[in-house]
Amino acid sequence: MNTSLIMIVIGAALINNVVLNQFLGICSFLGVSKQMKASASLGMAVVFVITIASAVANLLYDYVLNPLGLDFMKTIVFILVIAALVQIVEMFLKKTSPAIYKALGIYLPLITTNCAVLGVALTNVQNGYNFLESILAGFGTAVGYTLAIVLLAGIRSRIHEEDIPAPLRGAPIVMISAALMSIAFMGFSGLSF
Amino acid sequence: MNKYVERLYNGLVKENPTLILMLGMCPTLAVSTRAMNGIGMGLSTTAVLILSNVVISLLRKVIPDEVRLPAYIVVVASLVTVTELLIEAYLPSLYAALGIYIPLIVVNCIILGRAEAYANKHTPGLSFMDGLGMGLGFTIALTLAGLFREVLGNGTAFGIQVLPASVEPIAIFIQPPGAFLVIAAIIAVQNAIGIKTRQRKLVEGGCSGVCATCSAQCGMNEEVSAK
Repeated sequence: MNTSLIMIVIGAALINNVVLNQFLGICSFLGVSKQMKASASLGMAVVFVITIASAVANLLYDYVLNPLGLDFMKTIVFILVIAALVQIVEMFLKKTSPAIYKALGIYLPLITTNCAVLGVALTNVQNGYNFLESILAGFGTAVGYTLAIVLLAGIRSRIHEEDIPAPLRGAPIVMISAALMSIAFMGFSGLSF
Repeated sequence: MNKYVERLYNGLVKENPTLILMLGMCPTLAVSTRAMNGIGMGLSTTAVLILSNVVISLLRKVIPDEVRLPAYIVVVASLVTVTELLIEAYLPSLYAALGIYIPLIVVNCIILGRAEAYANKHTPGLSFMDGLGMGLGFTIALTLAGLFREVLGNGTAFGIQVLPASVEPIAIFIQPPGAFLVIAAIIAVQNAIGIKTRQRKLVEGGCSGVCATCSAQCGMNEEVSAK
């Protein structure tokens, strides 16, 4: 039981890395990773929102949608819940801890359109996870996202000083870096308990 | 050019959502393992995009400005759910291949982007053509990426063997890293063409042009030619 829970976290964070393996949240991964500090802040915000969103989505699905036979409504309900949740989290943070709120800045509202959040909620339903498993899967996914974006930000700050062939400047070189990271992360698929 | 045809050209070439605007990268990278998947995903997105553009354009005077984004999301999410159910019923193999990426069309930035940038200011007819152009531009980019990956990584094109059996396919291209590599290569080729065209223009027009950006371009091209 315990190893399977640990496996869910490690699987979500490393083996099936949300960005490098499942291609969710690519927009912010490519857009925000220019700066290390912003990447770390976004990562924090994502951990926060995805973990809460997976918990709420799981409760809603198990106690409202599934018993009422409204399974097909899950996409609509989840996206609205996520949008509302981001709003609530934003207001809550603004009141209780202005320091964190300030550090997250614009990245908090942008998370609504991060497909990783909706993706995790839907995958949890697909995998039939219970409440605890959903939270852990959400947390693991978000940690994986943070890891990937912070690593890429580090690489990009080095690339910035290098002499790159003109056609590869900008998006292509970032994608090639991501490809190499993805190859490295493929090594984790050998992990199993 | 007729303004309806202009919308098509705009979506397919001038503002191609994937290759020029770099929107909707998640599905582009994720489902381009096979050319057929690219077409399936592209056409599903096109259908949702056309319908959402038309619906939002029709409702553009009804939806209050303050709550427009939630309203758009509800419209798009409903259309995606309908599309998902239709694909599940009539194209089960495509449904299995695309999996979670079908419901994720909801958060494809192309759709909300077009609603916000175009459909809420224009007539339903023009919005329809805009959706069609953007959707087909997305489909072409996806299919192109899928074709490259399928030929290199599996030796087939649209499921038909094209490489001789003696050639070992490079499996990495149908695995996740291949997606990044192929898209990077496509954008790099496009950049290279862009730089060439700009250089030709500079040779013809010289650097004394009126545009404010010209100096920056000249600087960049000097760098390029210095190499």
